[in-house]
Amino acid sequence: MSVRIGLDIGSTTIKCAVLNEEDELIYQSYHRHMAQVKEKALELLGYIREHITKDQPVQLSITGSAGLGVAQISNIPFVQEVYATQTAVRRFLPDTDVVIELGGEDAKILFLTGGTEVRMNGSCAGGTGAFIDQMAMLLNVDLEELDRLSLEHEKIYTIASRCGVFAKTDIQPLLNQGARKSDIAASIFQSVVNQTIAGLAQGRKIKGNVVFLGGPLTFFRGLRERFVETLALPREPVFPENSQYYIAMGAALYAGNVTPMTVAEAISNIENAKSAAAVSVTPPLFSNREEYEAFVAEHNAADVPQADIAAYTGKAYLGIDAGSTTTKMVLLTENDEILYSKYSSNSGNPVPVVREALQEIYRLSGDRIRIASAAVTGYGEELIQNAFALDCGLVETVAHYTAAAHFMPEVDFIIDIGGQDIKCFKIKQKAIDSIMLNEACSSGCGSFIQTFASALGYDVADFAKLGVLAEHPCELGSRCTVFMNSSVKQAQKDGATVGDISAGLAVSVVKNAIYKVLRVNSAKELGSHIVVQGGTFLNDAVLRAFERELDAHVVRPAIAGLMGAFGVALYAKKQEKPEGSSLLRPEQLEAFEHKVSLSTCKGCGNSCKLTINTFSGGRRFISGNKCERPLGHKTDRETYNMYRYKYQKLTHINQDNPKGTRGRVGLPLGLNMYENLPFWNAFFSSLGFDVVLYPHSDRALYEKGQSSIPSDTVCYPAKLMHGQVKALLEEGVDLLFYPCMTYNFDEDLGDNHYNCPVVAYYPEVIGANIEELKDVIFIKDYVGLHRPKDFVKRIHTILSRHYDLTHHEVKAAADAGYAAYAAYEAELRAYAKEAIAYAEREGKEIIVLAGRPYHVDPEINHGIDLMLTGFDAVVLSEDAVTEPIDKNDIHVLNQWTYHSRLYAAAHAVCHQPHMQLVQLVSFGCGLDAITTDEVREIMESRGKLYTQIKIDEINNLGAVKIRLRSLFAALKEKEAAHG
Amino acid sequence: MAELKYAPDGRLLFTKEMKKEYTILCPMMLPIHFELIKNVLEIQGYKVELLKTAHDGIIRQGLKYVHNDTCYPALLVIGQLLDAIKSGKYDIHKIALIITQTGGGCRASNYIHLLRKALKRSGMEFIPVISLNLSGLEKNEGFSLTLPMIRQMIVSIIYGDLLMLLRNQVQPYELAAGTAENEVEHWVSLLTAQYRKGKGLSRREMRENMKSIVRAFAEIPVLRVPKVKVGVVGEIYVKFSPLGNSNLEGFLHSEDAEVVVPGLIDFIIFKTDNRLEDSKLYGGNPFKDMVVRALLNYFIQCEDMLIAALRDYPQFEPPAGYRHIKTLVKDYIGYGSKMGEGWLLTAEMLEMIETGTNNIVCTQPFGCLPNHIVGKGMFRKIKDTHPNANIVAIDYDPGATKVNQENRIKLMLATARDHLAEVQTAENTAAGHVTV
Repeated sequence: MSVRIGLDIGSTTIKCAVLNEEDELIYQSYHRHMAQVKEKALELLGYIREHITKDQPVQLSITGSAGLGVAQISNIPFVQEVYATQTAVRRFLPDTDVVIELGGEDAKILFLTGGTEVRMNGSCAGGTGAFIDQMAMLLNVDLEELDRLSLEHEKIYTIASRCGVFAKTDIQPLLNQGARKSDIAASIFQSVVNQTIAGLAQGRKIKGNVVFLGGPLTFFRGLRERFVETLALPREPVFPENSQYYIAMGAALYAGNVTPMTVAEAISNIENAKSAAAVSVTPPLFSNREEYEAFVAEHNAADVPQADIAAYTGKAYLGIDAGSTTTKMVLLTENDEILYSKYSSNSGNPVPVVREALQEIYRLSGDRIRIASAAVTGYGEELIQNAFALDCGLVETVAHYTAAAHFMPEVDFIIDIGGQDIKCFKIKQKAIDSIMLNEACSSGCGSFIQTFASALGYDVADFAKLGVLAEHPCELGSRCTVFMNSSVKQAQKDGATVGDISAGLAVSVVKNAIYKVLRVNSAKELGSHIVVQGGTFLNDAVLRAFERELDAHVVRPAIAGLMGAFGVALYAKKQEKPEGSSLLRPEQLEAFEHKVSLSTCKGCGNSCKLTINTFSGGRRFISGNKCERPLGHKTDRETYNMYRYKYQKLTHINQDNPKGTRGRVGLPLGLNMYENLPFWNAFFSSLGFDVVLYPHSDRALYEKGQSSIPSDTVCYPAKLMHGQVKALLEEGVDLLFYPCMTYNFDEDLGDNHYNCPVVAYYPEVIGANIEELKDVIFIKDYVGLHRPKDFVKRIHTILSRHYDLTHHEVKAAADAGYAAYAAYEAELRAYAKEAIAYAEREGKEIIVLAGRPYHVDPEINHGIDLMLTGFDAVVLSEDAVTEPIDKNDIHVLNQWTYHSRLYAAAHAVCHQPHMQLVQLVSFGCGLDAITTDEVREIMESRGKLYTQIKIDEINNLGAVKIRLRSLFAALKEKEAAHG
Repeated sequence: MAELKYAPDGRLLFTKEMKKEYTILCPMMLPIHFELIKNVLEIQGYKVELLKTAHDGIIRQGLKYVHNDTCYPALLVIGQLLDAIKSGKYDIHKIALIITQTGGGCRASNYIHLLRKALKRSGMEFIPVISLNLSGLEKNEGFSLTLPMIRQMIVSIIYGDLLMLLRNQVQPYELAAGTAENEVEHWVSLLTAQYRKGKGLSRREMRENMKSIVRAFAEIPVLRVPKVKVGVVGEIYVKFSPLGNSNLEGFLHSEDAEVVVPGLIDFIIFKTDNRLEDSKLYGGNPFKDMVVRALLNYFIQCEDMLIAALRDYPQFEPPAGYRHIKTLVKDYIGYGSKMGEGWLLTAEMLEMIETGTNNIVCTQPFGCLPNHIVGKGMFRKIKDTHPNANIVAIDYDPGATKVNQENRIKLMLATARDHLAEVQTAENTAAGHVTV
């Protein structure tokens, strides 16, 4: 037997293992390949030839996600990497039951005993090495530091584990709110653990001898600690020596079956291989350098005059834009000239950045300049305002409009692409008319280009420059970062240059913005005066791609990255108070202190985790709260909130039931059961059952059921159902009743009355995936409440399989059910009527929070209703205000009951001047791709603002708050404009 | 030029005049079947063009004009139509589009509306769109699906299913590469010629044709060596359409696997049967049920003819038949789950496992709602009863890359090859051979 070589070419690294005849590792190596896959492989093989094998024949095989391409084009045997792992583990660690292997972009679990099964993360799952790299960058620490920090943690925050983008949106606000880095580091590792267990094990228990493999598990003690603690294994898991080489070793073992060749042959095969250019390319952004230079000259025209801070004497106005990843500051003269500006990454905490800049400003200003007013905007608005005693805060959207109008008073469309978000506003009659923000799933914005730039080893500005003159920009798709990762991988495999990738990313960002966020296809739909801004537009490739894609000419101010700060500085000037600014003085800054402590709010059942920031001088800022209670503000009990009202009613609906005799029936509170609960409660109570509910919904409930969720891309409300059912089973029930319902009640609002596929058939998923159900009677049969007579017959047959019931009893129970349902509906209508009258009397806005019945669940709506009442609005749900809409006004198939209500509610809202609609959409709801466009069309064609909020398991309302504040600001402006 | 007429709800109609003047563009799903169905329409005097395009421009058009969160098949189908309209190949004032509509609870029922929205956005709302459906949705004076047409389409589907099945079962083993594919082409043109003469559609002619088809395929020289068999199930478009599944069949062939794809007829029967199941579950109209039952029986008879044609050839694995696979799924999922592919998807996986195809690719557009239930939702239950089931779910999506998809399929294939080797070793040992 000859020497066997395994090459494991992963997404970021290339590993090599050489085995001798005794299966001993005689050579191993580990390098990052920086996308230079072919070159690195050749280099490595060259070394092996020279130092180990010389010209004797060897057996060689390649494995790994980036290895596939190389193997194919060079005719070298390929082995799938999970299979390679399995081969290696079976050979070297034969007692293993389970292998957990995390790689650069993959996560795998192998169950080797009791029914072999191998699982790999789907194409939508982050939570791997690349994810950890990204998070470390976000925290501005190196990987070792991240690991060290994590071991010092005190608490774990909930971080969405599904994909990197989600996790980022969870971590960013924690950073902005001043949470400890050590706690965040550990939370990042915990999220990886949760993702692995929930996403891959999918209900199968991880037990016995567990082996950990792969780079991240080798390098991060903190990650291993999280795994061991979470899995609560009786035996210590195994971290084999050479764990990062296991896949390569598996490939070497596999190579034992392939035809030998010399290393020289392999080298020449790879050298001569022609890559099949599978990645499509787009035309270059500029055909030559002259064209580019003309473009630059033209765009440089939009500039702001500067003034010399060392010479200026007089009043000045300060604007701070505390963004998600960067902090921007601008100091203006009385004539709106820029005295000082700063654009700086805030490394997760804007406070020291602002303090340092303020000290610099004071030093440069001497006694000549007096800051007369200071204002702040952005994610960190409240934190910074409290920390430095600024005079006022302003919602981001308005700040950006103020700035854009300075360059182009007739501006009617603004698009801002920042580090984390895309914001677009249409301006009508000098007021913001509609706002579009990117959803949590497509935050592929500026930080995304930055991430790729640094992954490829470039500074972001150089990376952009390479893209501008790239000859063959790659077509990389226009979806989320995780998908882009694989597209970039494929492009690299096919030999794209860094410039091509840079240009391709620019095009992707632009398409993402245009087609996903704006949802337009020509510039005409936007407006005739477009201003583009945000740091990302400083990248000329992005600007060019944007103009080209829309075939329009736009204005990019030279201070594109500072527009928020510039706008808020202009605002500060407008808000100048005669008594001067309250901004901290130099001596106060000198003594400035910032302390962070954590606590849990005991104000109500939500148990919000609070972060308390204390600043010198006793100023405090509390974050993490959903309502105003922990801030000591009075809660406005008088206001109407239909979401809370419904939730209270439903969760207490079984309170007055008589004591049952037939046993305990559990009714899960989730999906459509929320709506039909009054019916089922009365029905089962009438039949003599005790109705058991589990009226608590929180993150812990989700985690309880997490391991039995078979599809990780189903909507969060469906995922919560798993926890609900498990909780009910723990409460002890004899019967668990959760019927399949293809149809809903026919409310005469549409052409049919379907439920969505998930609502209709989720009981099937519950039945097939929750093992514990076998200990009780579980009824998941198909029933329809829409045909009462048939229903009675059908439910009688179903129940008779387990209970002795007469037709008469069942009929009476159904009657009671229908009566209770009607009574509940009547109550809701009465409540809505009262609320509307109240709002009219008190002059308050009514917000119709339009969603689905299950959106009343506080774990699903994340307290957005409370946030709205915090804005002093009255909150109604969509079903309370429906008004049949003319069939011809709907341009889609209107056949789902919940959708019909949305259209009908939108229609009703349009007739009410003080009623607004905010649509709640659960991430992953495929049907809402259709409803959102349609509801928007109904609203906008009638001159109403449309606001959409996408919600998921993410419990961070920062972006939602900005959106709602913008809505209220726009309403105010609209009102002012109309007199 | 034909005058534009509108229905009372504002929908642009396909008029009798248009029938004469216009060419109807049809998106592609199943190449063999659609070619034959096209002939049915042409016999009736429609000018039809099947779109055979497959390039990146298609998905670009889809992404540009359709909400990007909409399912992938919608993006592709609409993208393919728009791409054709804009290709310059057609007089855009003399074309109409045709698209299927099931009227079910899945969002696919909305494709036609999304297509109209897309036309409007590209300023081409003067192009009429025809809904092809069995539910009586959207009538047009210039287009009607008559009973004979329905019958002819069903016959075409049966031919299509048979040709697809035979090709899949012969191709991996043929001695001369391309023979099976040529045989398919030969029969498609032969049948087309028959259709034009009004032949090939009666029951007798069907029986004869099918007999000859099976004989022709049986005569192709083959070498039957054990190969990994891989079943493909999933959402109907990505399951069948090479454009939708990055040419999955081609990839599996290149990996030396035999591909098992269930036919289209079961889906048609399933959709028909749903009405009867609905009546059973929620109550219905006995008269309507009678009509539906007659239709259902006819469809099943057609499938039975297909099965009968294969009876004398043990080398071919016939389909199990609708009634049988319906019983297979009984303990897994209720017959009421009808949206999308419904329980049929689960049933097809079980059918494959029953006939020895343990390796299955479950294809789905990313975020396909019914598949959460009937695909991924049922894996665990299937694996509990069939520990050897080797199922991989693959998401198809404009952002998903081939390398990612193929890597996962390769993993499934590696496990499949191990199983195959084990089985062979066991067989050889049992037969007293010495293993190599």
